[in-house]
Amino acid sequence: MNAAIDIQNTTRRFGHITALQDINLTVPTGCVFALFGPNGAGKTTLLRLIATLSKPSSGDIWVNGINTRRNPHEIRKNIGFISHQTMLYDDLTARENLAFYGRMYGLQNLNIRIEEILLTVGLKNRQRDRIHKFSRGMKQRLAIARAILHHPSTLLLDEPFTGLDTSAQSVLSSIITGLKAEGRTIFLVTHDLARGLALADRFGILFQGQLVHEASSKDIGESELQTLYETKTTL
Amino acid sequence: MPLFFSQTLAILQKDLKTEWRTRERLSAMAFFALLIVIIFNFIYEPGSPIIKTVAPGIFWIATAFAGLLGLSRSYAIETQNDCLMGLRLTPADPGAIFLGKMLGNTLTMLILQTLILPIIVIFLNVELAQELPRLILPILLGTLGLAAIGTLFSAMSLNTRLREAFLPLLTLPIFIPALLAAIESFRAVLEGSEITDWLVLSSAFVALYIAACLLLFEYVLED
Repeated sequence: MNAAIDIQNTTRRFGHITALQDINLTVPTGCVFALFGPNGAGKTTLLRLIATLSKPSSGDIWVNGINTRRNPHEIRKNIGFISHQTMLYDDLTARENLAFYGRMYGLQNLNIRIEEILLTVGLKNRQRDRIHKFSRGMKQRLAIARAILHHPSTLLLDEPFTGLDTSAQSVLSSIITGLKAEGRTIFLVTHDLARGLALADRFGILFQGQLVHEASSKDIGESELQTLYETKTTL
Repeated sequence: MPLFFSQTLAILQKDLKTEWRTRERLSAMAFFALLIVIIFNFIYEPGSPIIKTVAPGIFWIATAFAGLLGLSRSYAIETQNDCLMGLRLTPADPGAIFLGKMLGNTLTMLILQTLILPIIVIFLNVELAQELPRLILPILLGTLGLAAIGTLFSAMSLNTRLREAFLPLLTLPIFIPALLAAIESFRAVLEGSEITDWLVLSSAFVALYIAACLLLFEYVLED
């Protein structure tokens, strides 16, 4: 199977601080990979490297076969990024936000695509409202629409459940499950072991900038994962 | 339309739309400019012979300082909800992002200037109505120069703690040559002199600023 994300000997330093050290990880196409780790473990740094927002100090990362150093623009066409920040403009309507991002991606038939995606995330009836009136859950659904507007083959999710109430978390989970069914590769960074395990095909644990564990999520239960996580993230 | 211009236009329309809906920047800039002109109104006798000499300077001081106030806020909407990251995640050309922001800032400052000019006429008693057509080009060039440098440094100062102080400290020294040309061409218009040389100088600086900023903006967006 082809690798959607291939991380080889990657290290990222900020001055004297080593945020990530010699990471090697391969995520196959169509796989949902959950990355767990405590605060400051380097999870977001790794996600930013994959998303071409930052460059590795050493090592290489390939996304869909393209090196992040050589052609970041080409990679950005095929990735979607969802974080607890919505990356949406409060003073634009839901439709205007999507239209803006659609134009930045150079999408054809944008109006049809916007109709389609608003229907998918259940915001069609609120499309003309400025989003500062939206609840956190609605904003996050629109953020998902923004991230998948351009049909990315790889989705990067950075703590997407943060700040959502239980029902909004369930809605988000079902949307992610739908994206998984469409065969997209999903790289999920989360603190929520139970939710991450439920969604993932494989998982990894990052601690102090090092990938200390990586395995399939099929053969492990929630309590076992909790025990493993505590063992791996304790000095 | 080529993708580059479509992206530039998308940024410009988005910035103007959000500014129109909030009017946060423009109202603060206009009030600040008004205060500057009023202060000069106390210093110089309105309608006195010296006014023709100092009015161009007052106009550009009001434009530059009120403009910098607006420029420092031009990326505020991008930091809200981490929209700048959203922009960086798109395959948009950094040059298109820069041009869109720069044109948005230029238009905002031009709107500001249409407010400053009548204020100067009223408070300093300067006759401008006859000279207005000849003033358009030098004002446009000076504003483009300020917007180009200000847009670049405003993005650079985003993650600095003293953003408001950092921006004028970086922008003004580099803007001085274009500012001098803009003031002198304004003065030449008021005195009925030839302005071609000043326009050539202004155009050269504006072209240089825009070219340099287009080249550098990509690095400003990087981590």
